[in-house]
Amino acid sequence: MYIAVPAEILGIILPLLLGVAFLVLAERKVMAFVQRRKGPDVVGSFGLLQPLADGLKLILKEPISPSSANFSLFRMAPVATFMLSLVARAVVPFDYGMVLSDPNIGLLYLFAISSLGVYGIIIAGRSSNSKYAFLGALRSAAQMVPYEVSIGLILITVLICVGPRNSSEIVMAQKQIWSGIPLFPVLVMFFISRLAETNRAPFDLPEAEAESVAGYNVEYSSMGSALSFLGEYANMILMRCPCTSLSPGGWPPFLDLPISKKIPGSIRFSIKVILFPFLYIWVRAAFPRYRYDQLMGLGRKVFLPLSLARVVPVSGVLVTFQWLP
Amino acid sequence: MTTRNEQIKNFTSNFGPQHPAAHGVSRLVLEMNGEVVERAEPHIGSLHRGTEKLIEYKTYLQALPYSDRLDYVSTMAQEHAHSSAVERLLNCEVPLRAQYIRVLFREITRISNHSLALTTHAMDVGASTPFLWAFEEREKLLEFYERVSGARMHASFIRPGGVAQDLPLGLCRDIDSSTQQFSSRIDELEEMSTGNRIWKQRLVDIGTVTAQQAKDWGFSGVMLRGPGVCWDSRRAAPYDVHDQLDPDVPVGTRGDRYDRYCIRIEEMRQSVRIIVQCPNKMPSGMIKADDRKLCPPSRGRMKLSMESSIHHFEPYTEGFSVPAPSTYTAVEAPKGEFGVFLVSNGSNRPYRRKIRAPGSAHSQGLDSMSKHHMPADVVTIIGTQDIVSGEVDR
Repeated sequence: MYIAVPAEILGIILPLLLGVAFLVLAERKVMAFVQRRKGPDVVGSFGLLQPLADGLKLILKEPISPSSANFSLFRMAPVATFMLSLVARAVVPFDYGMVLSDPNIGLLYLFAISSLGVYGIIIAGRSSNSKYAFLGALRSAAQMVPYEVSIGLILITVLICVGPRNSSEIVMAQKQIWSGIPLFPVLVMFFISRLAETNRAPFDLPEAEAESVAGYNVEYSSMGSALSFLGEYANMILMRCPCTSLSPGGWPPFLDLPISKKIPGSIRFSIKVILFPFLYIWVRAAFPRYRYDQLMGLGRKVFLPLSLARVVPVSGVLVTFQWLP
Repeated sequence: MTTRNEQIKNFTSNFGPQHPAAHGVSRLVLEMNGEVVERAEPHIGSLHRGTEKLIEYKTYLQALPYSDRLDYVSTMAQEHAHSSAVERLLNCEVPLRAQYIRVLFREITRISNHSLALTTHAMDVGASTPFLWAFEEREKLLEFYERVSGARMHASFIRPGGVAQDLPLGLCRDIDSSTQQFSSRIDELEEMSTGNRIWKQRLVDIGTVTAQQAKDWGFSGVMLRGPGVCWDSRRAAPYDVHDQLDPDVPVGTRGDRYDRYCIRIEEMRQSVRIIVQCPNKMPSGMIKADDRKLCPPSRGRMKLSMESSIHHFEPYTEGFSVPAPSTYTAVEAPKGEFGVFLVSNGSNRPYRRKIRAPGSAHSQGLDSMSKHHMPADVVTIIGTQDIVSGEVDR
């Protein structure tokens, strides 16, 4: 008992850390291939040792901080961001019973953690004591809020369909059909809202070069900025997990085929999880950026009403046909 | 705005000389009221190299490479302006083959410039992919420059009297095969951007210029054709063989950034059209004017006779003399109307060579174009005006 739980924790966190490191590499390579060039391919074969090299470099680099920065907050902010994304993996089910903890409020827990992520950004920007960092942090935070609300409403839509259960049972409820198929527009909105919430392109004006030159973490160097970026990528992977649980159906085998029963459930889960960061990177390579006011207008005037408008007919249909679980 | 006895001044921020988005070095002081730009003041001069003064101490042939380095993106267009000005003073006839070669390379320059301008503009807006796709095309064009003159960018190829050397064997075939796939590349670029709703939302109705404003500020080129003023130096005052090649000139309606983007894409397609026609119509013949006092003979001839040796020695050392008065010659450079006002006093050195760069006029209009927009838009307005510090600062 005393060994099992830490082992489980390590078993979740270590692959996540590796995944985040290689996601950074994947982003560079995928974007490069979209742009008709190869990404990093010098360090290992196909550049596979690149994250290791980057990590070593960043660890050995001298951490410079502005003299007027609030020291402890300045150091702790990226740590907080990264830690929150790790902690949220606790309720994600990888396979039958492969979940660290399975509370009934699993989904709410995830939602709460992602809302706490806003604090990390605000603290990072404010404690840098720099005009541009603060501006970038406020923008990032203000951008995250309406899209968080959209995500909450979308989660409610899915929860209405599958009933209030804990995370494993939500995944089990999709055995017959993935909930992403009847609720496909909801899946699309969820995807876009996740893009906006993790400050990814095309919603990344707070981090954009042309404007505030990397936004809230402009004052960070070496491990500070590394942790911030790792936190952002970990959030990307993280939020794909409940999305995968909710929509494309998590770990149950695809269409109950015998061949897909031979592949372990966690591998099936991982394949589905990997698909979405690939889409994220693809979207980043393809689209220009929204201007900040257009971004906020989109969040508040388009996504918020749309997600509200999804809850009502879905619940209406379920009540009418007595399909409530 | 006043509160009690205090005045709230606008927040001034420096969009500095070193900035990933400022094209070249250019300093822009933005006075902002909250998020809205009230005034944008460009401070130019960071790249001033004393070009015009230095030219006064060089012969006409030695002054040619200075033209290359003004707008370093579209190099041959400016060489053409300088050469045309000198030829006009000399009253010199350029052979037909040389004219076709000049037009061919000027249109290649136009494609090269527009692919850089459009896609760095796209990168400012946020789309990083068209930039790399267009630069792959640009590499092919720079290879053509290199094959014909030896240098990828600053070619010094279009010289007074004609061109420096004849086209190497196989070049026309290679140009032809690469133009066949250019149109697909332009289609790919358009597919990424033109119909994209994010792109349209960033570009439509931003940086609008009315026709009257454009004429008042002295805009030229795409900036002038955006609001609908149909003025193209190739049509209005044709030079070289443009009247025989007859490109279509795209003209916009609203004068906003989206119109200018569409005009530049269409100009790229028209340039491809001209490039396809040129090698077919090009006659064989001389590539330099016949006057040996202007243009040196070929190296083979030079080693055979005494007069040829002298005719080789003289232009490269003392240079040729150009008769007295002055001329203003303008060409349709990809960025606008690039003009050279050349004053000669009969000697082998120019007395004064004033350069009229389209970028200077355009950067004057930056303030009026970016009023009441957001700082994100100011960055992109600089991109759509196609400002390059080299020609603004000289």
